[in-house]
Amino acid sequence: MKFGKMKTHRRNRLMLVAFLLIGSGTAVSLTLTALNENINLFYEPQQIVDGEAPIGDLIRAGGMVKAGSVMRSTTDLKVNFVITDMKSAEVNMMYDGILPDLFREGQGVIARGRLDPYGVFVAEEVLAKHDENYMAPELKKMIDAKKAEA
Amino acid sequence: MIAELGHFSLILALGLAVALTVIPAVGVYQSRPLLMNMSGSLSAGLFVFVFISICCLANSFLTDDFSVDYVARNSNTSLPMQYKISAIWGAHEGSFLLWILVMAGWTLAVSVFSEQLTTDMRARVLSVLGVLTVGFLLFILLTSNPFDRTLPVFPMEGSDLNPLLQDFGLIVHPPMLYMGYVGFAVPFAFAIATLSTGQLDSAWARWSRPWTNVAWAFLTVGITLGSWWAYYELGWGGWWFWDAVENASFMPWLIGTALVHSLAASEKRGVLKSWTVLLAIFAFSFSLLGAFLVRSGVLTSVHSFAVDPERGMYILIFLVLVVGGSLTLFAFKASKIESTADFKASSREAMLLINNLLLVVASAAVLLGTIYPLFYEAMNDGLKISVGPPYFNKVFVPIVMMLFVAMAISPVSRWKKTSTERLLKSQVIPFVSALVMVTMAVIVFAKSIEIVVIFVNTIAVWIIISLGRDLYQKVQHKKAKIQSLFKQSMSYYGMLLGHFGIAISIIGVVSTVYFSEEKDVRLEPGDSLTLSAYHFKLNKMLRVEGPNYLADQAEIEVRKGGDFVAILRPEKRFYPGAENTMTEADIEVGLFRDLFVALGEPLDNGAWAVRVHYKPFVRWIWFGGMFIALGGFLTVLDRRYRVKASRKVTETVLVGTAV
Repeated sequence: MKFGKMKTHRRNRLMLVAFLLIGSGTAVSLTLTALNENINLFYEPQQIVDGEAPIGDLIRAGGMVKAGSVMRSTTDLKVNFVITDMKSAEVNMMYDGILPDLFREGQGVIARGRLDPYGVFVAEEVLAKHDENYMAPELKKMIDAKKAEA
Repeated sequence: MIAELGHFSLILALGLAVALTVIPAVGVYQSRPLLMNMSGSLSAGLFVFVFISICCLANSFLTDDFSVDYVARNSNTSLPMQYKISAIWGAHEGSFLLWILVMAGWTLAVSVFSEQLTTDMRARVLSVLGVLTVGFLLFILLTSNPFDRTLPVFPMEGSDLNPLLQDFGLIVHPPMLYMGYVGFAVPFAFAIATLSTGQLDSAWARWSRPWTNVAWAFLTVGITLGSWWAYYELGWGGWWFWDAVENASFMPWLIGTALVHSLAASEKRGVLKSWTVLLAIFAFSFSLLGAFLVRSGVLTSVHSFAVDPERGMYILIFLVLVVGGSLTLFAFKASKIESTADFKASSREAMLLINNLLLVVASAAVLLGTIYPLFYEAMNDGLKISVGPPYFNKVFVPIVMMLFVAMAISPVSRWKKTSTERLLKSQVIPFVSALVMVTMAVIVFAKSIEIVVIFVNTIAVWIIISLGRDLYQKVQHKKAKIQSLFKQSMSYYGMLLGHFGIAISIIGVVSTVYFSEEKDVRLEPGDSLTLSAYHFKLNKMLRVEGPNYLADQAEIEVRKGGDFVAILRPEKRFYPGAENTMTEADIEVGLFRDLFVALGEPLDNGAWAVRVHYKPFVRWIWFGGMFIALGGFLTVLDRRYRVKASRKVTETVLVGTAV
């Protein structure tokens, strides 16, 4: 009698362990797949010019908005501008929508979007520097590196 | 002079915090009640000096003392009075001072409302809170002193508070959030104190529970306010971005939610005790991790304070010490904890365990997405990535869906043992009626069949029906039905309200996500557009002047089928002090829909970029949040948390009669 109880108890425990293993295994693999599908790599203008950035994938790109490069459509909200690393590399950006308040020529921006086959970055979202003290770590790193080179 | 007084008070507070750590601990070690009882007056002293300190900072703001660096950076002579006060917590240094004030406040509260505790336990808990306060005070004094002067050359005018923060939401959002974050220090302290005695009984769970519920309710309020503020103030109508800093507040909330539930099981049935202790440790650790993520600038976020590696390093070391120390203690002591009761697979205990596992998995998924960029960068030679919202939606949503189903079923479950068959059978009618109601509502009002909307809203309505039925069954067989409504415990009503709030939020979220419409357009005065059933016409542009800003204001007339609905006046503000531009949206608020208009940028020919949103049920998200918080606060009024205090009174009375 007692032995029988033990057995049920053990079987239950074994089922619980198996359930947990299968459950957590599926969960972990699904999570990692989702994670890998949804990471957006960051590219500097130079890397895009060098062809290091994939075409058609969702990526992020950042740089300074080149002075005098912002051109707006007169009929809708389409806008073109150029981002630069303040040296030689320049990337054409296209965006259709409202630019952030802090978007200005000569200021840093980060855009999320896709590179088309002609090397134009089609942005889905444009973020500008949040306040005077804050700068996205990616941009800060890039600028610090340039300063160090100079 | 006043600023120095504030600085000096902080140093005195540090001294008192050290004393609060050491003296009661020595008292416990040597079994000297006199030393143990000093914890009360030390907590009071600590609070008083931190309070003096923050008053001094307030004084510097109100008198426009720009020789104080922090004031010069975050205020301006033309800043309205209420924002000069809220500017105290407008940036890193001052907000940490508020954090410490809240910490001292919780410590004082524990020392005052601790009649139920033994002298020994009270001393231990306050000593743990003391050592945490020491850590926080050292941090502010060493790395982030808000009283630093700019002498001898100080500016004549301050550079103004960040315009985004000049808003009612920012007056109340941080204090509420910090009440929650820091409040988790109390269950943490109870957990550590109890572990240190080696005796983990149900009394410990009863002590921790009201504190945990209140802290968690405050955090709920804080997050809800934050979401609401982001919606109307960041200007673009989003209410949750899966931003690193939002996640930093959401993770402790998820763990806190698990803790609130597992404490119920620990108190009522004496089960899951070591698990509950672990959750208490993790809830507070996640609060600290949040502070680290926000204040170190390691992650890209719109909320991050200015980047400062030194501060980040300090918090990281503190975090490692707190987590490492408490987990070590746990490892040594937890093996002695014995769970007394056993339970079956479909009992209420098992339901609570499922809740806990799902919530922990959900927070692990959020944590992974939040800090993955850090690992990736470290492993891939500095390659920068970000994890997008699709990851969070894909992983988080299925987990919480399972949670919601469990929530709908759970009111039927009973402690120890519930027949699985009965459990499932009892769900047929609520589920089917929810499904029919929701399908009909969606077809009639939205005139479409969105499977996801129907599925999710069905779960929400199912939850509400289950709750209603449970309450009905509780009073059904009583003679005086109305009176028996009053006899139910406050924690039961807290549960009802909290779960009801979740259901309301679910309806809000899914309806907003699936039925929102938005348009970005170029409008010249006189132009108009149509969105959903609404017609928006830009009548004219105006120039208006605020106390510390200039603004372009649009006058937009909204009509529905020819009937007048509202005039909306969104603004684009320019703040000369901070040289900042700000979007001030205008919203026509409604229970079933919001109409949201924001100005983009000026274009040529007097045209403006305008964004228009139609957001059905968006308010429900925050109404739900408020119900959840209210539920949390309500549980504290439960009679049983006052039982011992009243018994004491009876004893005194008895002694009195005996004499």
